[in-house]
Amino acid sequence: MKNLGVIFKRELRSYFATPLAYIFIVIFLVLSAVFTFYLGGFYESGQADLNPFFNFHPWLYLFLVPAVAMRLWAEERKSGTIELLMTLPVSRTDMVMGKFLAAWVFIGIALLLTFPMIITVNYLGSPDNGAIFTGYIGSWLLAGGYLAIGSCMSAVTKNQVIAFIVSVVACFVFIVSGFPLVLDVFSGWAPQWLLDAIASLSFLIRFDAISKGVLDLRDLLYFISLIVVWLLATAIVIDLKKAD
Amino acid sequence: MIKINSLTKRFGDHLAVDNLSFDVQPGEVLGFLGPNGAGKSTTMKMLTGFLTPDGGSASVCGFDIQSQILQAQKHMGYLPEGAPCYGDMRVKGFLEFIAEVRGFSGAEKRKRVEQAVEQVELQGVLGQSIETLSKGFKRRVGLAQAILHDPQVLILDEPTDGLDPNQKYQVRQLIQQLASGSNKIVVISTHILEEVSAVCTRAVVIARGRLLADGTPDQLEARSRYHQAVTVALAQPVDTQPLLALPGVRDVEIQREGRLLTVVAKPGEVIFPVVGQYAREHAWPVLELSVERGRLDEVFRRLTSEEAA
Repeated sequence: MKNLGVIFKRELRSYFATPLAYIFIVIFLVLSAVFTFYLGGFYESGQADLNPFFNFHPWLYLFLVPAVAMRLWAEERKSGTIELLMTLPVSRTDMVMGKFLAAWVFIGIALLLTFPMIITVNYLGSPDNGAIFTGYIGSWLLAGGYLAIGSCMSAVTKNQVIAFIVSVVACFVFIVSGFPLVLDVFSGWAPQWLLDAIASLSFLIRFDAISKGVLDLRDLLYFISLIVVWLLATAIVIDLKKAD
Repeated sequence: MIKINSLTKRFGDHLAVDNLSFDVQPGEVLGFLGPNGAGKSTTMKMLTGFLTPDGGSASVCGFDIQSQILQAQKHMGYLPEGAPCYGDMRVKGFLEFIAEVRGFSGAEKRKRVEQAVEQVELQGVLGQSIETLSKGFKRRVGLAQAILHDPQVLILDEPTDGLDPNQKYQVRQLIQQLASGSNKIVVISTHILEEVSAVCTRAVVIARGRLLADGTPDQLEARSRYHQAVTVALAQPVDTQPLLALPGVRDVEIQREGRLLTVVAKPGEVIFPVVGQYAREHAWPVLELSVERGRLDEVFRRLTSEEAA
């Protein structure tokens, strides 16, 4: 477990060693402001909450999180450093978790930098700050879900662009799995329990509840187990593909 | 020590390592020889835990490479082919990262990094990011990370490949320095034969994943057609026919229009005295007379092409 920290530290530092981190943070902040104030109608709604802010996160993350995730393993494989990493006495769990946590914390930092939003809404009215806190937790969990999917896709290929595109598609499927777009494919032949199961996989429905301030244990478990399952898949894929 | 027992690895239909078995004892510097694609790197990757064998087993310092790989990895230093390092890191940061992974912290970590830096002479580039370094320096960074924890077993995959002659010399000196007077194991893969005579105490030749020869470099040289051959450089061509009648002479090869003779000995025979005596008695215009130890490249070529045929 000690090495998890070492891997985590190296990874997190490597984000800030290149302009990548700063570009990501700036784009994230600008886009989330644009979405909130223009598309979300933050002023027009006349309500002291951050719903217009959180509502766009699933779509914002759809492109930004895979951009962070794509390099996690694809770059290691491309540059050959995966051979160095995997021949050091570091357990598979420490590697996968360390890399994932570093990326997750990095996105968390970007998310925390949206704090002027909280100040604004508190200045304009008296919002439910508990709900805003829950919203942030939900948003971070959502990002974690995307990131775990992206980590697995990044392990599948050496090519970062392919990793990016495949993760966007995979995340999109998870977003819309509660929508007719996906359900129509199954309805008519699949049993009802399967339809319910697919619908319950949707990011949007889970996230909607959390972002409105309702932190249900089931939703929390959903995101955590989603992350765990995709990270397990990452570890398996790495073992299968490392030498290609 | 390293024990390798019927190790096998296949990639699809291609058998990369085929039932390979040998041991390496403490104190040995093992040269792992073979043409490209012989299975050298694959064997090293299995030993270091990067690849999983499809059959057979191996252990390093008593730890099985499949069930106890983390333990085994702690006792190994490994320089992968091409010395991959994290390019965006600075040399010092990278070595500190390796030291932390190896379990060092605080003053011990600083000392280890300092020692490794001194051993491979990286002092001048500590603050540079690795991707800006020349090939030779990158290789040295790779070596520094491999020796940082003073490992019992050092595995180097083509450590001198692509370096200039001075850098090759330095790397070889370093390997000798690491191996001398200690009970360590160094395994070097290479297809450069001079390297084997220069640094190794034992050479293992493989091709197509199979073991072809195993012995000291001298023993390998003794398998050469030119082992104990006598080379005679002459000012004028002479009649070489009577040489064939001398005891122990197997053949005479003539080059440079008869002015350079290579008198090949029968296996196990020493012919230098008789050839020398004959030349003196017949007053040959001898410019140079020398004994060959054997030509490793010739042994290598014969071993590996016999296998291919």
